[in-house]
Formats: sequence, C-alpha cells, structure tokens
Amino acid sequence: MTDRYPPYPYTPPPGLGAPEPRHPVVIVGAGPVGLSIAIDLAQQGIRCVVLDDGDTVSVGSRAICWAKRTLEIFDRLGVGETMLAKGVTWQVGRLFHGEKQVWEFDLLPETGHKYPAFINLQQYHVERMLLERAHAFPDLIDLRFRNRVTDHAERGDHVELIIETPDGDYTLEADWYLACDGARSATRSRMALPFEGQSFEERFLIVDVEMPQSPFAVADRPERWFWFAPPFHEGQSALLHKQPDDIYRIDLQLGPDADPEVEATEERVLPRIRAIVGDTPFRLDWMSVYRFRCAMLDNFVHGRVIFVGDSAHVVSPFGARGGNGGIQDVDNLGWKLALVLKGEASSALLDSYDDERRHGARENILHSGRATNFMTPKSEMEALLRHEVLRLAETQPFARRLINSGRLSQPCSLDGRPLQTRGEAPIAPGSAMPDAPVVGKNGCRWLIEALQGRFVLLGVGGAVLPEVPGLESVIVGPRGSGAEVEDTEGLVEQRYGRGAYLLRPDGHVCAFFDTPQVEEVKEALARAKGGFL
Amino acid sequence: MTEEDRLGPAGDAVYEALMKAHQGLSAEHSHALNARLVLLLSNEVGDATRLRELFAAARDMGFATDRREI
Ligand SMILES: Cc1cc2nc3c(=O)[nH]c(=O)nc-3n(C[C@H](O)[C@H](O)[C@H](O)COP(=O)(O)OP(=O)(O)OC[C@H]3O[C@@H](n4cnc5c(N)ncnc54)[C@H](O)[C@@H]3O)c2cc1C
Repeated sequence: MTDRYPPYPYTPPPGLGAPEPRHPVVIVGAGPVGLSIAIDLAQQGIRCVVLDDGDTVSVGSRAICWAKRTLEIFDRLGVGETMLAKGVTWQVGRLFHGEKQVWEFDLLPETGHKYPAFINLQQYHVERMLLERAHAFPDLIDLRFRNRVTDHAERGDHVELIIETPDGDYTLEADWYLACDGARSATRSRMALPFEGQSFEERFLIVDVEMPQSPFAVADRPERWFWFAPPFHEGQSALLHKQPDDIYRIDLQLGPDADPEVEATEERVLPRIRAIVGDTPFRLDWMSVYRFRCAMLDNFVHGRVIFVGDSAHVVSPFGARGGNGGIQDVDNLGWKLALVLKGEASSALLDSYDDERRHGARENILHSGRATNFMTPKSEMEALLRHEVLRLAETQPFARRLINSGRLSQPCSLDGRPLQTRGEAPIAPGSAMPDAPVVGKNGCRWLIEALQGRFVLLGVGGAVLPEVPGLESVIVGPRGSGAEVEDTEGLVEQRYGRGAYLLRPDGHVCAFFDTPQVEEVKEALARAKGGFL
Repeated sequence: MTEEDRLGPAGDAVYEALMKAHQGLSAEHSHALNARLVLLLSNEVGDATRLRELFAAARDMGFATDRREI
C-alpha cells in the first residue's frame, strides 16, 4: 500500500536569499482546493506558487464522498480515472428507523456516464493524487511546504505576503492571491471579514475502522447504512459506509451535551462500534468529535485576494458539499483567472466567479442546513413530525423523499446569471453538460473528454455550425457518419436534442441556438467572457 | 389559500369524521395523529406555494390567550 501520509520535503525557498520576481498567482493552502486550482491554471500555461504550512496531506478522516460533477472536473484535471479506480462506488443504500429497515434504494444512476453518482475516497488519497498530478508540472507549479503565510497586504497592483519557514521569514509579491487556506482561514481573519451563518449545537463522533471482513450481505457490493434512532445508540442517528483499503466510516450523532474529550476515547468508542458490527474483528483507525456550522463570506473576491473553497464557505457534511463545492469553485475560477492573466478578459470577469459561486454556496448551505435540521430536531413538534415521516415512509413514497440524511451534491445551475445567454434548450443555459458515451477521432470515449477545458461550439443532430474566429467547433454525428465525434449509442442526441450549444471551459452551457448565426454566437461568446458585465 | 367554502354541505360530516379519528386517543396520540395528517394532507395538496401560504396563514392567525369558549 502507498504511504498514507507521504512526507513532502521542505526546501529553502529562493526568496530567503534575494527578492523573487513578482509571481502571477500565489495560492495559500495545498488542500484539495489549492492543489486543484494550481493544476487547472498549469493546464492553461499559468505559473503559480503554492504555499502550505504542513508537510503532508490531510491527516485523519475528513471528506470521503466525491460527487459525479467533481469527478468530471477531476477528469479534466487529469486525476479522475485514478480516483475512480481507487474509490469505492456505492450501490445499495439502506435506511433504518430503530430496528426496522424503512427503505432500500439503488444508488447507481442511469448508465451512459463515465462517472458514477459518487465514490468514497479518503481525503488523504485525493490530496496525494492531486499532488502527484501537480508534480507533472515542475516548471509551472512551485510547491512550497512548511511555508506559512503570516501576513499579507494589498499594494494596488499586487499583493505582498510575509511567509514563515523553518529558516526564517521572507516576502513574496503576487498579482493574485488565492486564499485556499481552509475553514479557519487566517487570510479571512486578518481582513476582518464577516463569516456568518448557522452553528449547530449537536456533536458528532466520526470514527474510521479497518475491518477486513465485510459487514454487507454481498461482500463486494458496498452499501450505505443510515439509522434514525438506531437500537444500538439511544435516540440519535448513525451512518456507516465503506472507503477503500477495508476502512469503514462510522458517524454517530452524540447530542449537544457530549464532551468531546470523553467521547473520543477507546473506552467509549469501542463498545459503540461493537454494537454496530457485532463480533466482526476491526481495528480503530481514527476518531474525532465535531460540531458543524454553515457560513459564508459576503463576497469571495476582495480586490486581488480571491477566496476559494472552505475559506469562502463552510457547510455541515451532510450531503458532502464542502469539498465538492470547493472543487466547483475551482472549475469556475480557473478559466476566468487564466483569461484575465492572458489579457483576454477584463478583471470584471472575476466578479462573475463571485456571483456564480456565491449562488452555489447558498444552494449548498440551504441543502446541508436542511439535512442537519432534519437530523437534529429542535423541539418536541419537530421530533414528532420527523418520527411520523419515518413511520409513513414504510408505506408512502412521498414520505420517503422527505427523509433527509443529506442530499448529495448536485452540479449547480448558473441559469439566469449574466454570463449566460438566455434561451430554451433541452439542456438549459447554465447547466453543467451531461456526459454520454462517444467515440472521437482523437481517441476520446466520453463527451466530457471531448469538450471540457476550452470554449467549444457543439453541434448535435445535424446542426450546421458557422465559422467563428477563435472558437473551436465540434460536430457530434451518428455512429458511422464519420463525424469527428460519433454518438455511438445515440445518447448525445437523446440528451441534447438538435441544435448548437456554446460550452464554457468548465463544461457549463452558456448559450443554445437552433440554427446558429455567426453574429449571435460571437455575441454569446463575448458575454460568456464577461464582455457585457 | 382559498376563501371559498369547499366542504359545503359535507362540512358537518367531515368535522364529525375528524372528531371520530381522534376519539379515545390520549393527547399524545392525538398529537401524533395530527402530525401524520398534516403530512398526508400536504401530499394531497401537493402544491408547494399553496402549502407555504397555508402554513403562514395558520401561523399568522395568532394564538388566543383567552379561550373562554372551552
Ligand atoms: C468530518 C468531515 C467530513 C467531511 N466529509 C466531506 C465529504 O464527504 N465530501 C466533501 O466534499 N467534503 C467533506 N468535508 C469537507 C472537506 O473536508 C473540506 O470542504 C475540504 O477539505 C476543503 O478543502 P480546502 O482545500 O478548501 O481546505 P483545507 O482542506 O482545509 O486545506 C487548507 C490548507 O491550507 C493550509 N493552510 C492554512 N493556513 C495556512 C497558512 N497561513 N499558510 C499556509 N498554509 C495554510 C492548511 O494546512 C491546509 O493544508 C468533510 C469535512 C469534515 C470535517
């Protein structure tokens, strides 16, 4: 097995000896978000320095669920397949109320997509894979571990940073400062930015156990078990699901009064786990007690300082929207910042990152807040209504849908936001592009591979595409048509209908045309690059 | 929310049926029955906007501290 926490060496940075030339981008934080934005920029030829105070990947059990859209973004960043191969794809979900199974559901989505609805993969694996990918750009990504940013100041046309290393402090200058420094962002505190939202009193115990023997009926068919009022854990909720390397995650709701010091001890944890898994032998791998909150910044872009990921917004983990939301931030910001740095768009384009991703964060906070509220009733009536929902769910399909143990992260729709040209279409402007199997002359097998990463005009169902200077067009034709990309199973046409789609580099539809004309496509493209902001 | 009387002549019978549904139940069970009913009726109505109006209207009617008629 690969080393879970590979050491990332510290090397004294050049800035300790002599001032470094100004950098176009400095990224503070090498979590999943900081590393992903570094790779995204590098793929577009933009150099960056990544500073992290640690010297290895994320320690312990944090994010484990990665949603389909995130995997599609990781695919564009060159790491999706590695993650899919290592990750656990869930299949069966079971929901229990007390002793009773209320509901069993199939988690496999419709076929004809490269990536499943979600996989489970430990954050330390995700970060390691991102780091390995980042190493593929030695000339563009300058990774600096044990480099802690202690101060920064905006100086008009650049930002100045003070960085602490084992060999002392040094200074860097950057055109853009990306604050990817996580939920407790020191950048945010230094700037005294309000970070408001809802805090939940409830405490949760998060435990990872290594268990070679599967608890599921069919050993290689991973399941996700969720209990309301489990028989083994008085009055609360519990969750069990599988991660790679025979590691299982168990979340136990402890109530608001639990003492984290007392609860995160073997004496308390071992009996709880035994109550769930019975005699199956296991080894305790990690335990911690959390309290969650949902909060976000009023603005993600402050001059030359841009907040990305947890530094900009935090959510409770129900629905797995934290890391997944952060990767969507990256997807949204990467191409915009690259266009601005290349002088192909004005910095006003970055305001659309703020607008679109604050919209995404609000949506994530809404959903995870609702799930947390469902899991932690605040009054007798809330508890009663929930109890009745769970009872009705045994027979009533509508009540099943009300049970909320977390609504999994969905791609955020940017419909109606200023970069999109309004219009009716089978895939509405603002939506993330749905995938489909294809065969491309360049060897690609999926539509996301054929289209993501640049502006593309996509023609489906025989649409005739005009020549638009500086815009690549891709025609998808039926099997055997000899088109550049062939719709092998007819699913592209089934999903997209007939017409032309203008797609952004992040795979979101920004305009649709029945019969595209040069001028209107040009105008939509200019709009998507922030030309009319 | 509708201002129209939709129960019409069936009103008395429906009211009686509702009382019957609660007959002989402890306050606790009656509470549970009401909760269950609200959920079932919400699904019957089905329209989220109308439901939100109903929830708000019910709440906005306030709560009488003076319940002399009881
Ligand atoms: C129990 C739990 C379960 C979760 N489950 C999920 C899940 O299933 N799915 C999901 O998508 N998300 C989940 N999350 C959320 C997810 O872990 C975070 O959203 C994600 O880590 C955010 O990534 P980030 O890169 O923004 O921040 P972080 O991962 O926090 O990275 C920030 C980095 O910045 C560094 N840093 C901080 N300050 C400085 C400084 N001054 N100088 C230099 N470096 C600095 C830190 O060392 C760190 O490496 C979960 C979280 C928890 C706690």
